[in-house]
Amino acid sequence: MTANNFQSNPEFPHAHLLGVEHLSFQEINYLMDLAEQYVQQNQQTNKKRDTLRGRTQINLFFETSTRTQSSFELAGKRLGADVMNMSVSASSMSKGETVIDTAMTLNAMRPDILVVRHSAAGAVELLSQKVSCAVINAGDGAHEHPTQALLDALTIRRHLGKIQGVRVAICGDVLHSRVARSNILLLNALGARVRVAGPSTLLPTCVDRLGVEVFNDLEKAVDGCDVVMMLRLQSERMNGSFIPSSREFYHFFGLGAHALSFAKSDALVMHPGPMNRGVEIDSAVADGPQSVIREQVEMGVAVRMAVLDALSRNLPDQEVA
Amino acid sequence: MALVPASSPGHESRRTAYVNARLFDPASSRNEVGGLVVDQGVIADIGKQVTEEQSADTEVINCQGQLLIPGLIDMLVFTGEPGFEHRETLATASDAAAAGGVTTIVCKPNTKPVIDEVAIVDFLERRARDTAKVNVHSMAALTRNLAGEEITEIGLLKAAGAVAFSDGPRSIKSASVFRRLLAYAGDFDALIVHHVEDEDLAGNGVMNDGEAAMRLGLPGISDAAEVIALERDIRLVELTSARYHAAQISCAKSVEVIRAAKSRGLPVTCGVCANHLVLNEHDIGTYRTFFKLSPPLRSEDDRLALVQGLADGTIDVIVSNHDPQDTDGKRRPFAEAAFGAVGLETLLAASLILYHEGMVGLDRIISALSCTPAQILGLPTGRLTTGAPADFALLDLGMPWVLDVETLKSKCQNTAFEGRKLQGRIMTTVVAGRSVYQYEASD
Repeated sequence: MTANNFQSNPEFPHAHLLGVEHLSFQEINYLMDLAEQYVQQNQQTNKKRDTLRGRTQINLFFETSTRTQSSFELAGKRLGADVMNMSVSASSMSKGETVIDTAMTLNAMRPDILVVRHSAAGAVELLSQKVSCAVINAGDGAHEHPTQALLDALTIRRHLGKIQGVRVAICGDVLHSRVARSNILLLNALGARVRVAGPSTLLPTCVDRLGVEVFNDLEKAVDGCDVVMMLRLQSERMNGSFIPSSREFYHFFGLGAHALSFAKSDALVMHPGPMNRGVEIDSAVADGPQSVIREQVEMGVAVRMAVLDALSRNLPDQEVA
Repeated sequence: MALVPASSPGHESRRTAYVNARLFDPASSRNEVGGLVVDQGVIADIGKQVTEEQSADTEVINCQGQLLIPGLIDMLVFTGEPGFEHRETLATASDAAAAGGVTTIVCKPNTKPVIDEVAIVDFLERRARDTAKVNVHSMAALTRNLAGEEITEIGLLKAAGAVAFSDGPRSIKSASVFRRLLAYAGDFDALIVHHVEDEDLAGNGVMNDGEAAMRLGLPGISDAAEVIALERDIRLVELTSARYHAAQISCAKSVEVIRAAKSRGLPVTCGVCANHLVLNEHDIGTYRTFFKLSPPLRSEDDRLALVQGLADGTIDVIVSNHDPQDTDGKRRPFAEAAFGAVGLETLLAASLILYHEGMVGLDRIISALSCTPAQILGLPTGRLTTGAPADFALLDLGMPWVLDVETLKSKCQNTAFEGRKLQGRIMTTVVAGRSVYQYEASD
């Protein structure tokens, strides 16, 4: 098998998953359908398959993460891959080693799949150009977080039966959120009607050009919505004054029972985690009957298994060497 | 004080006649077939009367109808010397300049150490004399160590040869410091060249603020950061009447501001980078760091306004803002990568895109690259007249070529035109009568 015709999976002919932006409607549905199968499998006693047997997966995290990294780790292990976690601290990067240096070093160890998170937008794509294995974007700066968007869409589809025509409000710190960008792109691709809400200082310039309705009032934004997706307030990324205080933010943009009452009575409440309880979401709502936040975590493992599976079908056969 | 590059003794004493050329000189509105005689490094004669019939001691070069244009003057070049010799030296920068038809470069002061002392200006003059094949002038710092606080010795630096004063890539934040600078520089008739960007508003931005940046998840730099700085500067020029030159403008609103300032009769001029005339924010594509420039590439509407501004004379000069960056600086995630692109070798060819597309006349383009910067800087070059230094270039205006980065003379290859199809190629570059570049097919 040569590099020219390595694409052996016609339903997902990609070497990497770098973002939602370049995925087609069919490819998104393919990944979600595949994930659905893994949801079933993960509910069995024997959760293990040998799809990735012999394959090496490295989780390369330049930014700390607990949930995403463990979710990818579990996904890889359930598919039979050898998984290595590598957290590159900011200190070793400041010794002068660049992302590319790190990538080339790891590439020399011949991994099959690299799962990468980095604080700079585009860093994962840059890295993918320099390695010979499949690369999965586990979050790059404020750009994309494709597996999060896929797991959110899967959660919505399992509850509402569809995405087409569903009204989704994405609320809070949209500016610093890669989750928001990937979700907007993916939900729009599947025909949802997406709104974003937040104070103007936390909304990106021209966000309306992504095809969303923009609100500066939480109650108006969630009015009549099927899904209310709250985002984490990323205070650690804020140099300078974006909001006066978390108290004021909570008062106007925190999702409590009253604000939620404007949405449909059975509207889903979602959050990508980790939550700032009492800042963007009230504990009673986060743990309430409409919350599907824990289910999002469950879907996360299934979606990541689906992505690993889909990409592994495009990997060159190692035996040929 | 112009620096004459070293040349072999005896060479200059020989007369050379460049004949059968299309003499194209915007300064004198000359556009005719004829010739030019070089003697002792200066233009001894020019016009249609100069033909192949020359006295026996004159070397005759037949230009075969090529365009003979004044040597180009690039007002905004970073050479790396002293302190960043791994990126560029005066020798490599001058090789690059010569290949692009550029016979005079003006170096930015953001070297290490900063050009804020007479001794550094002297050093550059000597290094240029010994190592450079084109004219090199220094632009000295406006404030010590480019810190925006203490004024440099503008009078002494000017006497030592600094042709202009600038804080390079930095803008002076304090309006009161800048006002005093303008007033003080005015006493010496010194030219102030300012990078117009409100650094605070630009913040951690890395590209034009707008839809493209939003989609890439990158922090943007609003055009307001430029317009606010430019407007402030012009209000202060109004108070002081010093000669002020905005190093580069990048957006439509700045063109309006300059136009208004000129119509009020203020001594204001401005430059534009060739990159900004032919590229826009979408060229960044998926995080291509060679297109990470300061000021950032703007929208297509901004680009068109800049082209219009150049065509109607609102924008005075075209610069390369040559800024060599090694792979270490560029092979990084976009937000972490260095700003800047090399441009000396593509300055003319990139600008000629506008001519070949019928957007700007050849006259405007060549004058923005020669006599206009010469006039602003007070240099005797940039024109083809008897008695002027024999700095000129032969241009094959129609010749198509593809930019191959491997052929670049610069030490760094961070060009925004890699693989681009260009039209118009420098065949010969002459500085003070001495041929410093000859095109060879392998280039």
